[in-house]
Amino acid sequence: MDTLLLSRIQFGANISFHILFPTITVALGWVLLFFKLRYNATGEERWMAAYRFWVKVFALSFALGVVSGITMSFQFGTNWPGFMERVGNIAGPLLAYEVLTAFFLEAAFLGIMLFGFRRVPGWLHTLATFLVAFGTTMSAFWILVLNSWMHTPAGFELRDGVAHATDWWAIVFNPSMPYRLAHMLLASGLTVAFLIAGLSAFRWLRSDRSEEVRTTLRVGAVMGAVLIPLQILMGDLHGHNTLHHQPAKVAAMEGNWQTGPNVPLLLFAVPDAQARMNHFEIGIPNGASLILKWSPEGVVPGLDDFVAEDGTVLHPPPFALFWSFRVMVGMGLLMLALSWSAVWLMRRGRGVEGLPRPWLWAFSGMAFSGWIATLAGWYTTEIGRQPWLVQGVLTTAEAVAPVPAPMVLTTLVAYLAVYVALILAYVGVLTYLAARAARGERPGDRPRWGAAEVHVLQPGE
Amino acid sequence: MLTLFGDPAVWLPFTFAALMGLSILIYVVLDGFDLGVGLLFPFAEAAERDRMVASIGPFWDANETWLVMAIGILLVAFPAAHGAILTALYLPVAVMLIGLILRGVAFEFRAKAPRDHKRAWDLAFFAGSAMTALAQGFMLGLYIMGLEATPAHLGFAVLTAVFLAVGYSFIGAAWLIGKTEGVLQLKAVDWARGGIWGVVLGMAAISAASPLVSGRIWNKWFGWPETLWLAPLPVLSALLLGLLWRTLRRLPLPGDRGAWAPFALGTGLFALAFLGLAYSFYPFVVPERMTIYEAASAPESLIIVLAGVCVVLPVIVAYSALAYVVFRGKAGELRYD
Ligand code: HDD
Ligand code: HEM
Ligand code: HEM
Repeated sequence: MDTLLLSRIQFGANISFHILFPTITVALGWVLLFFKLRYNATGEERWMAAYRFWVKVFALSFALGVVSGITMSFQFGTNWPGFMERVGNIAGPLLAYEVLTAFFLEAAFLGIMLFGFRRVPGWLHTLATFLVAFGTTMSAFWILVLNSWMHTPAGFELRDGVAHATDWWAIVFNPSMPYRLAHMLLASGLTVAFLIAGLSAFRWLRSDRSEEVRTTLRVGAVMGAVLIPLQILMGDLHGHNTLHHQPAKVAAMEGNWQTGPNVPLLLFAVPDAQARMNHFEIGIPNGASLILKWSPEGVVPGLDDFVAEDGTVLHPPPFALFWSFRVMVGMGLLMLALSWSAVWLMRRGRGVEGLPRPWLWAFSGMAFSGWIATLAGWYTTEIGRQPWLVQGVLTTAEAVAPVPAPMVLTTLVAYLAVYVALILAYVGVLTYLAARAARGERPGDRPRWGAAEVHVLQPGE
Repeated sequence: MLTLFGDPAVWLPFTFAALMGLSILIYVVLDGFDLGVGLLFPFAEAAERDRMVASIGPFWDANETWLVMAIGILLVAFPAAHGAILTALYLPVAVMLIGLILRGVAFEFRAKAPRDHKRAWDLAFFAGSAMTALAQGFMLGLYIMGLEATPAHLGFAVLTAVFLAVGYSFIGAAWLIGKTEGVLQLKAVDWARGGIWGVVLGMAAISAASPLVSGRIWNKWFGWPETLWLAPLPVLSALLLGLLWRTLRRLPLPGDRGAWAPFALGTGLFALAFLGLAYSFYPFVVPERMTIYEAASAPESLIIVLAGVCVVLPVIVAYSALAYVVFRGKAGELRYD
């Protein structure tokens, strides 16, 4: 394998690992703030118990997000020097603002949020929780501005092949930014909703009947039920925007080869880039035309339009796009079915007791479904931009570093080994914390050791 | 507005180089102490390790952010150099990143994983800290050698790797002297007495090697009158070292007086060493190949960032200080509630 392909795989592996944790922390920060505010308002112990359990999940996810994020910021230099040399004038300030307005904010107040409960007044602790949540959201904002700009570049001019900013407003509010930001924030909310519902259902199945589990299971299910329709709507709008700006991507997502009207919505197919056709098509007649153009006669772009005279393929690989898109949408539909039926059952029955066991199992099984949908979504987006790195401005091949392939392979293998181990450890520890909590032990209880404990327990400390 | 301070193609790169230098220095001192604490792990008892982790728990994340800041400035302000340096240091960067990953996650996992896994995570914490410190020292050595990988240069880089790791364990021990009491504090004083050799030998080795590698640096050091500019650095360093030595022999004092002196003096030493390096290498950002003026990005982009820095940096400093105030005093047990 050559350096380009290996570097792409390595970047994909690193960002995929990274995004798992921001997806959790962005929304979980706000959920924790919600728990804290409910506790402040009602004084009910269940909200504090929920806060205490989930703040640990937050701390763990945050640590993983931070360390994998640092890897990301070095990747630009080690593997994609061409990126910064050509579009650094635009990417640089956006990344700098992420560091300045987001990373320091969250890092500084994280300590107070996690360990300051007994050291600072209640309002300051609540404020710290708010600032951490705000910081993670800001960080998502800036990075998605940059990512969106790479898909729909605006507000710049090329001088000697180097991009120079002409209009920062147009750069920040580039055409795909609002859609991508909203879609990603909702994705984060959904991931957290199903994680909370999933782990709570798991504890319930282990006969944990505490008020806390009752509360969090309901919060997770309702949150999922509220967000999923919004996400489907947002995804639809996002798709229409992409149709306008990156038609080749949508053609690949739909598995459509020839431009024309009456294009079916394919439920199953095996797109074949060699033969330039699909095998085993099953579809809903006129479906794609209806969804994308609101009419059966709507003309949908086809992949064959994106092949140069000399036969060079200028569109992304259809098989990967077609399927990753379906995995994401499929997950969305599963989420819709599960959360709506669960909320309906809970309203009709006696709250959480009204949920039949299969629903509890389904929630436990879907605890990490948000991860799958998010990754599938990002693969759709990013692979759909190929062969471009910055759409129409810079190709991926132009940006890659001339590092020898065996070297990239070595680091790739090392990263992958670490990542697999850490994902297993992460999921394992979450399950362990939930199982412990279900046994009634307070998570985080550690063997006490003498003097330090007395010191810590001084009131007003 | 751009030309207010003269030619923006001159003062902007200089300002950013200074900011980058400042970030690196802050990073080396701050993450230096928490990496150092990780390096000292094998010398401590299990119970002491909890206390050691508690002493850095609320800080390490913000400390590490200075690395992101430094690398961010390199990338924003000097994109061409960013690519050249990081591709040349490809493997040590990867080792450092994996080290940082292990160190950062071990923090959390050791407190939350089942109890019988704790030893394994302690090991990961040590290994991660060691990989990070060694890789950073190795990169420092290679950078001083002009990023060329001949066997002699690699040998020098191995030396700096060891010295930096020992230097970090010194500043880590100095931090622990301030943050702990009793037996652990006594141990920390002992560790600091040993670790100080890393700082001394490291500074000596780098001072001996830099002028030999480059004729330009030789002239800057030993040419007349340039040598006058440099003279305060070695004199001050020797002074600080002497003070440090004396303090470490007398600690701990009754009433915990002077417990922060080693950390303050150590910070001073790191700052002097860093100034020496900056003086030698200026105006180059890639040694002997690319100056900060050649590598700089477009002024329109730099000014946008600078505006942000001017507004945000004081705020960052203020709330970082707040965190240190909230968690001042001796380290107790870290609790999430
Ligand atoms: C919980 C996660 C999640 C769920 C349930 C969905 N998505 Fe999504 N999707 C994402 C998470 C995501 C994502 C990770 O957030 C992506 C990748 C980049 C982005 O902006 O959003 C994405 C990308 C993405 C794109 C590509 C946009 C582009 O060209 O950049 C489209 C068209 C959709 N989505 C549409 C949908 C539809 C119609 C859904 C209805 C079921 C849906 N998504 C559910
Ligand atoms: C500012 C944000 C981002 C930048 C600058 C960026 C940049 C890049 C670069 C340089 C590559 C390598 C070239 C390639 O093979 O495509 C890439 C590919 C990729 N990125 Fe992004 N990316 C960003 C955000 C994301 C995010 C948040 C994800 C989430 C998971 C993501 C997922 C991927 C994947 C999966 C690939 C591999 C695609 C392929 O091999 O074709 N990217 N991106
Ligand atoms: C190529 C793209 C990316 C780069 C270079 C990058 C870089 C980083 C870095 C360096 C950190 C650590 C900051 C610290 O020390 O506190 C970080 C953390 C974080 N990143 Fe990313 N990031 C990327 C993509 C994303 C995306 C797409 C999102 C959100 C949608 C995101 C959200 C976050 C958040 C919330 C954190 C805080 C830590 C955490 O909560 O896990 N990042 N990122």
